[in-house]
Amino acid sequence: MQATSDASAESDGLLPGFDDPVQGAQQAFRAILQAMARPGTVQSCGAELSVPAPLGEAMAAVCLTLADADAPLWLSSPLRTAPVERYLKFQCNAPLHDAPNAASFALADAAGMPRLNDLASGDDRYPDRSATLLVEVPSLTDDGGWTLRGPGIETTARLAVEGLPSDFAEQWRQNGELFPQGVDVVFTCGARLAALPRTTRLEG
Amino acid sequence: MDLDNHRQEPQAAGDGPQSGELSARQRWMGVLAKSNGAELARLWAGLDGLPGWTRLRAPEVGMVMARGRIGGDGRRFNLGEITVTRCAVRLTETGTVGHAYVMGRDKQHAERAAVLDALLQEPDQTARIEAGVIRPLADAAADARARAARKAGATKVDFTTVTRGED
Repeated sequence: MQATSDASAESDGLLPGFDDPVQGAQQAFRAILQAMARPGTVQSCGAELSVPAPLGEAMAAVCLTLADADAPLWLSSPLRTAPVERYLKFQCNAPLHDAPNAASFALADAAGMPRLNDLASGDDRYPDRSATLLVEVPSLTDDGGWTLRGPGIETTARLAVEGLPSDFAEQWRQNGELFPQGVDVVFTCGARLAALPRTTRLEG
Repeated sequence: MDLDNHRQEPQAAGDGPQSGELSARQRWMGVLAKSNGAELARLWAGLDGLPGWTRLRAPEVGMVMARGRIGGDGRRFNLGEITVTRCAVRLTETGTVGHAYVMGRDKQHAERAAVLDALLQEPDQTARIEAGVIRPLADAAADARARAARKAGATKVDFTTVTRGED
């Protein structure tokens, strides 16, 4: 069983999901969990997937694992192509919304990411009813860049992310003030991802 | 798992009672959906020149809510959940996508039905698959329904009411 790469597959977005849906989703879930539990670590995720461009493999793996009919998605405009929409609708059965504030998962390119306070941040009784922002970034490494502190980090961790808006650190600081509400972010770069849970503090 | 969000045909054709004409695809998908797994396997084995395919969605088992109408034309109600297995495939040569939903838990049944749905969409294959698979299945299903109707009909009691003539 191999992934097809002929023109019709590319153009209609109907590509296979995980080879083994159970194993694939379990492994992707583990990667996402590790990334959230240990902020600043970069995990590999979704490398086996064939995905319609410009959706990245790790971002697709997160959707296949976590998005379903109860988790609306929002796509930034470079991602809002017909093949990507068809792929997500077919594989995840997740509704696609036009407004980022209605989404459980907001999928964006780095330049086009919504402002963090445009996303759902939960309410005081249910702070978990917040959005998770998935951002495809051009470069993601764990040396250099920000210094991270907080739960899951023994002393400090480093994470270098490129392509984000220049005021991302300030937006993140304001997001942290909303705790326990707020949003969480997953950075994806091809088949790798890293996460910032809302409790992580960024410096530099 | 909720399968009924995934519809192949437009709502207009499928939502109300099946009074109008079914499209050809609806008809053959219906025949495949209600077919017997062993019977389909037998007819499948009798076909030659089957193409290669890849799985878009590996066969997976879930539940759908079957709905009925009282008397066949009243309000809809939830009859009960039935086990359904679905599969989606793409033929490697032509890129045609086939979908199938079959009753029961037989994954191979679902995969064969999906491949047949794809083949039936190809104009040069439709006739031979219709003749070799769909027609025999549809005939067998019609026979089974007729037999059941006859058996049930034999138990029908014709009541005659006798009114007492008071005047």
